[in-house]
Amino acid sequence: MYKLSKNIKSVALIFVVLGIIGLVIGFTTGPHSIEDVKAIEAAHDSHGGGHEVEATQDVGHDAHGQESHGGHDAHGSNEHYEHILHQYHNKPWAAIYVAAFFFFMIALGTLAFYAIQHAAQAGWSPLLFRVMEGITAYLLPGGIIMFVLLALSATHFNHLFVWADHDVVDPTSSTYDAIIAGKHSWLNAGWFLVRAAIFLIGWNLYRHFSRKYSLKQDEEPAGNVWYKKNFKISAIFLVFFIYTESMMSWDWIMSFDPHWFSTLFGWYVFASMFVSGITVIALVTIVLKSQGYLEQVNNSHIHDLAKFMFGISIFWTYLWFSQFMLIWYSNIPEEVTYFITRINDFKLPFFGMVAMNFLFPVLVLINTDFKRINWLIVIAGIVILLGHYLDVFNMVMPATVGKSWFIGSAEIGALFLFLGIFIYVVFNALTKSPLEAKGNPLVGESKHFHY
Amino acid sequence: MASKVVHAYYLDDEVLMDAVKALQIKHYHIEEVYTPFPVHGLDKLMGLAHTRLAVCSFLYGLVGLTVAVTMMNFIMINDWPQDIGGKPSFSFLENLPSFVPIMFELTVFFAAHLMVITFYMRSKLWPFKKAENPDERTTDDHFLIEVDANDTDLDLLTAFLSDTGAVEINLKDKAH
Repeated sequence: MYKLSKNIKSVALIFVVLGIIGLVIGFTTGPHSIEDVKAIEAAHDSHGGGHEVEATQDVGHDAHGQESHGGHDAHGSNEHYEHILHQYHNKPWAAIYVAAFFFFMIALGTLAFYAIQHAAQAGWSPLLFRVMEGITAYLLPGGIIMFVLLALSATHFNHLFVWADHDVVDPTSSTYDAIIAGKHSWLNAGWFLVRAAIFLIGWNLYRHFSRKYSLKQDEEPAGNVWYKKNFKISAIFLVFFIYTESMMSWDWIMSFDPHWFSTLFGWYVFASMFVSGITVIALVTIVLKSQGYLEQVNNSHIHDLAKFMFGISIFWTYLWFSQFMLIWYSNIPEEVTYFITRINDFKLPFFGMVAMNFLFPVLVLINTDFKRINWLIVIAGIVILLGHYLDVFNMVMPATVGKSWFIGSAEIGALFLFLGIFIYVVFNALTKSPLEAKGNPLVGESKHFHY
Repeated sequence: MASKVVHAYYLDDEVLMDAVKALQIKHYHIEEVYTPFPVHGLDKLMGLAHTRLAVCSFLYGLVGLTVAVTMMNFIMINDWPQDIGGKPSFSFLENLPSFVPIMFELTVFFAAHLMVITFYMRSKLWPFKKAENPDERTTDDHFLIEVDANDTDLDLLTAFLSDTGAVEINLKDKAH
């Protein structure tokens, strides 16, 4: 049995405390009125900032444009400053949203990986099942956090979702947006939250029962009754998952830019969560091994996880590039605004994440021997995880915060807060049951796994 | 000068692996092992040096990438500037996204083909080459260990080999 060490508990606590402090600073500082925004802008301009080009770049803001600019003369009045003020108000909320979704998707990606192991009856991985079950324990708390955030955003408590604003779909309003109004039957608070509830309940049900069957199989291995049940529900879950995950990515992320759409967006988000999940499995396994647990896990298991990290990183890049190249090539205004905003205003995180998610793991993990060196995997893993945090950041921030983005106390605080909760939930879940799934009929093969 | 070798035949890769281990413990010299398929772990057991084919493949990939970049820069930008996707910038960097698929394909093409050719050359395989395996059955279902028999007691070696599970043991003269 795994015992939660004091170190891990205090590390988690420190992250939570630092995170709360960061968030409090993020919410309390920042401009409160148009005058504050004007002061910030003036400070920027005195540094030689390029606000002259703003008018030409505003095509990227069209979703928000309807909301608060209202017309061509936006820059002439206070409306511009009001728009910036809204962005600053969104900033800490968006920071929480990005971090909450990032850790939630790690648990969800791990759950998908876990289900695939069961459905494929994989022989190499049963020794890692308890590690994966530990990580997916975050699915429930993470899911509840996500649902609360979604409920707040969809009911327009904060201003993250443009479509949640009633004026946008009201034909008599000056900020009426015909395109968003056309999508109102899908993007409205009620149906949006019902869908979110269906997704979350479905995923959590699978997680609950597969964990239960996995433990039952240890108690009563005879006849592999629970093993077979797990196989069945895993296959069913995977079908449910690939539809709901895709819809979740439209709802929870793509709807930040309600004018824009991409048909492979679901896959793209999936690749991100899958590689993050696998990376966290590798990292937790290495941590447990360094504490003297998981004696049976050998470096061939680590090697396989590193191969998945390498392979899925390339898969992510493939999808990232496919989405980018087609839109870049055809250059259709309604599509290309998405990337124009990101390349003009988010150049560093947008291209930085490609270096972190593609170039770095490819160069570090391409060598067979390197896939067995724990500290290299830890370094590659941390870079991959930060890269995928930036990926979520790039998906959410341009439509919510726009040019006022900055990775400051709110962003780092939110990341720390959820990291602390994640570490505590995951390692606490690992203490609940033996780390070896000894009843699994394939655990013998896993012990002898040798590449 | 002709030298003597003993050919021991096996029917199973696990038995073969155990036999190789046993022969090494007794310090017999294994000249070569012929198998119908690659046996996992046999290379490590026989102490063969790790292949450097992967390094070659990486370098070939870089060659392919360079060829792709040079070729497209010449064809699409320098020699006959092309208007790509309605963006007549005539700059390699600004048109880079449209070149990426070709860069990828040529990288893979060069890495794969040159690696296979290197492998053939390294294994001394070319068209009309006469097969080196001493017995056709090693291409079907038999495994063969060739043991050096020059300075050993043949009866002892034969007895030892049949103990390890050999189904057939032959003494051969091998011309060098």
